[in-house]
Amino acid sequence: MLDLLAGFVNELRNAGLPVSLTENLDAMEALQHIPIEDREAFKYALGATMVKNNAHWRAFETVFEVYFSLRGPEYKIAEGETDLDAMWREMQEQMRQEGDSRGNQGGSLDSLTPEEIAQMLMSALMNGDQAMMRALAKQSVQRFAGMEPGRPVGGTYYLYRTLRNLDLDGMLEKLMEASRQQVGGELTALEERLEQDEYSDRIDQFKKEIEAEIRRRLVADRGAEAMAKTLRKPLPEDVEFMHASRDEMQSLKKALQPLTRKLAARLARKRKHGRKGPLDFRNTVRHSLSYGGVPAEPKFKYPRPAKPELMVVADISGSVAAFARFTLMLVYAIQGQFSKVRSFVFIDGIDEVTDYFKGEEDIAKAIHRVNTEADVVWVDGHSDYGHAFEVFWERYGKDIGPKTTVLLLGDARNNYHASQAWVIKEIKSKARRVYWLNPEPKSYWNTGDSIVGDYGTHTDGVYECRNLRQLEGFVEKLA
Amino acid sequence: MAHRFESVQQVRDGLRDVNYLADDGISGVAFLADRLGKPILVEGPAGTGKTQLAKSIADMTGARLIRLQCYEGLDESKALYEWNYKKQLLRIQADRGSDSWSDIHDDIFGSDFLLTRPLLEAITADDPVVLLIDEVDRVEVETEALLLEILSEYQVSIPELGTITAKQIPLVFLTSNNTRELSEALKRRCLYLHVDYPDMEREKQIVLTKVPEVSENLADQIARIVRSIRQIDLKKAPSVSETIDWARTLVLLGIEHIDAQQAKDTLHILLKYQSDIAKAAKELSVDK
Repeated sequence: MLDLLAGFVNELRNAGLPVSLTENLDAMEALQHIPIEDREAFKYALGATMVKNNAHWRAFETVFEVYFSLRGPEYKIAEGETDLDAMWREMQEQMRQEGDSRGNQGGSLDSLTPEEIAQMLMSALMNGDQAMMRALAKQSVQRFAGMEPGRPVGGTYYLYRTLRNLDLDGMLEKLMEASRQQVGGELTALEERLEQDEYSDRIDQFKKEIEAEIRRRLVADRGAEAMAKTLRKPLPEDVEFMHASRDEMQSLKKALQPLTRKLAARLARKRKHGRKGPLDFRNTVRHSLSYGGVPAEPKFKYPRPAKPELMVVADISGSVAAFARFTLMLVYAIQGQFSKVRSFVFIDGIDEVTDYFKGEEDIAKAIHRVNTEADVVWVDGHSDYGHAFEVFWERYGKDIGPKTTVLLLGDARNNYHASQAWVIKEIKSKARRVYWLNPEPKSYWNTGDSIVGDYGTHTDGVYECRNLRQLEGFVEKLA
Repeated sequence: MAHRFESVQQVRDGLRDVNYLADDGISGVAFLADRLGKPILVEGPAGTGKTQLAKSIADMTGARLIRLQCYEGLDESKALYEWNYKKQLLRIQADRGSDSWSDIHDDIFGSDFLLTRPLLEAITADDPVVLLIDEVDRVEVETEALLLEILSEYQVSIPELGTITAKQIPLVFLTSNNTRELSEALKRRCLYLHVDYPDMEREKQIVLTKVPEVSENLADQIARIVRSIRQIDLKKAPSVSETIDWARTLVLLGIEHIDAQQAKDTLHILLKYQSDIAKAAKELSVDK
């Protein structure tokens, strides 16, 4: 047990969770008070003592599943389980009563045709029958995934194969149809939506069962440590903007909101506190009146640094679009910390999009408008930094003043067009600060058609900004 | 020292008796906190019953609840203890000239002249207490340090009196709305519990317990609609307390079956931003 826990903690640390020694000891102590056969309690005991940040909970859960999935009687891998068979017989019994023709077939789940499985799955989803769903998940993984011991493919491949055979999207349609029939006629819009939510929730649950089942089998095949390594996913704040999958994008979006709130609170506090200035003579004398003229309480001047004015110029072509989106979202979420924010987007043409954010409470909607409405294509819709910068300088260059900070976002992959780096030099001479944020890893800079070095020499700094953590760090420095 | 709880199940049942429906996580962590003698740090969105959890535990164990509401600028004279300055002055003036200096000095720094604030009070209490430190994320990072001694050792050091150790270890809850990252030192000393929005089934049960007049059918609809609304990308998703308010409203209006129009008309109870309301109203009535 101790070995297993040590491996578990080790894996948590590898996944990026900060587990300190005392927390580890706490976990050990906590386990003494928990009945070891109670899996849920066991999990929460470990979670409460070792995971102190909700964003890390998912990573913890994955590792937990891998390390402790095989323990517990209901997770037998052996085929032809007794509970499953019992359930199957019960189901047959039901069908016979309903006069269903298939009911008189004998045998166990293994002998069913795929159509029958689909039929059973549908009725299980319809009634929200958890046990049946779990049994079916097992069955379909066994049948469709085609798992072979020792085969070097990831769990996602098996998952894809299983899901393709089950056609769950079509299932949702069928379920909706069935419930419409049940009511006899049309559902109102509200009911429709509720039913749909209900079913997609159940289908999600079923998908999770399948994933868990695949994981269990893989762990049995390869062992926990090897498995944990393949399943290791970056924490939300470490996900790279440029390679985020759709799920990761979702979790990034979720992580962004609390982050902006924290950032705004921190910046406001930084502005208010700290830095003590020189003695404020007038104020001290005024307050001395209440002590009978004795200056008992010295007052100080607090410097109030001017809020910077911000111009964001972002490349929104294909690969770096996600990065630009997140940066814009972050900047606008904390725009109270700046005196003025103007934003421009470009691919090979450039357009100002400040107005989209004005009077729009919902930042996500504004970003959507930026992506669809902004006039950013000049010739062919391939990034041309040189031309975009030139036009920027012509049209908006006069607005740059000594208070302005200019943020340039992009990977500087210029498709071998002219760089026009002189524009950046000109901007630098007028603006307070010019920064370049690059979502590419540093080792890729200046390779191929990336000319970030050409531009970088004229800025106050080029920063690698691959994930939320780095972006947050930079923005905090900025304000 | 005797433990408060026998098993996780007992915690759960006990909480249900005082109308708080706990899930596995909540009851498990509460049980552990008692066994390990550690404080619980409860985080989660606003209105999911973090403060209520502490109240309910106090209610269930028959303990007194001592609450310290945190705010920016909280200091030790408000949280720990303070010398009763006026009383000390009176004492000195009362027998001027009679006592020697050292007598007075010893006297005015005795426990008679100490004003206990919530933290010290929780430690010195003879009866069982539950200490609730509410919204701990509102104090500055420096003030957090003030809590560290009491949370790990259950003692308070007063320079003039020495160290006061707890007579019995109180159950301590800290709640946080996560507006800033708490320091590692504080987190390390606590058990961590994240209270999220309940799943549909639990929310339905909560509505049924908190609003007894509501029918099973209506509670089911309420829980389903609220879940549906939480899936929309909103500024502030409806909290459990808002769900309960909504249930009360519907009962008062005598609505038994919610249709789209009624849902739309009462949305302002669930949602507090105009843009959210507009968005949800659009989503709920959309034809697919």
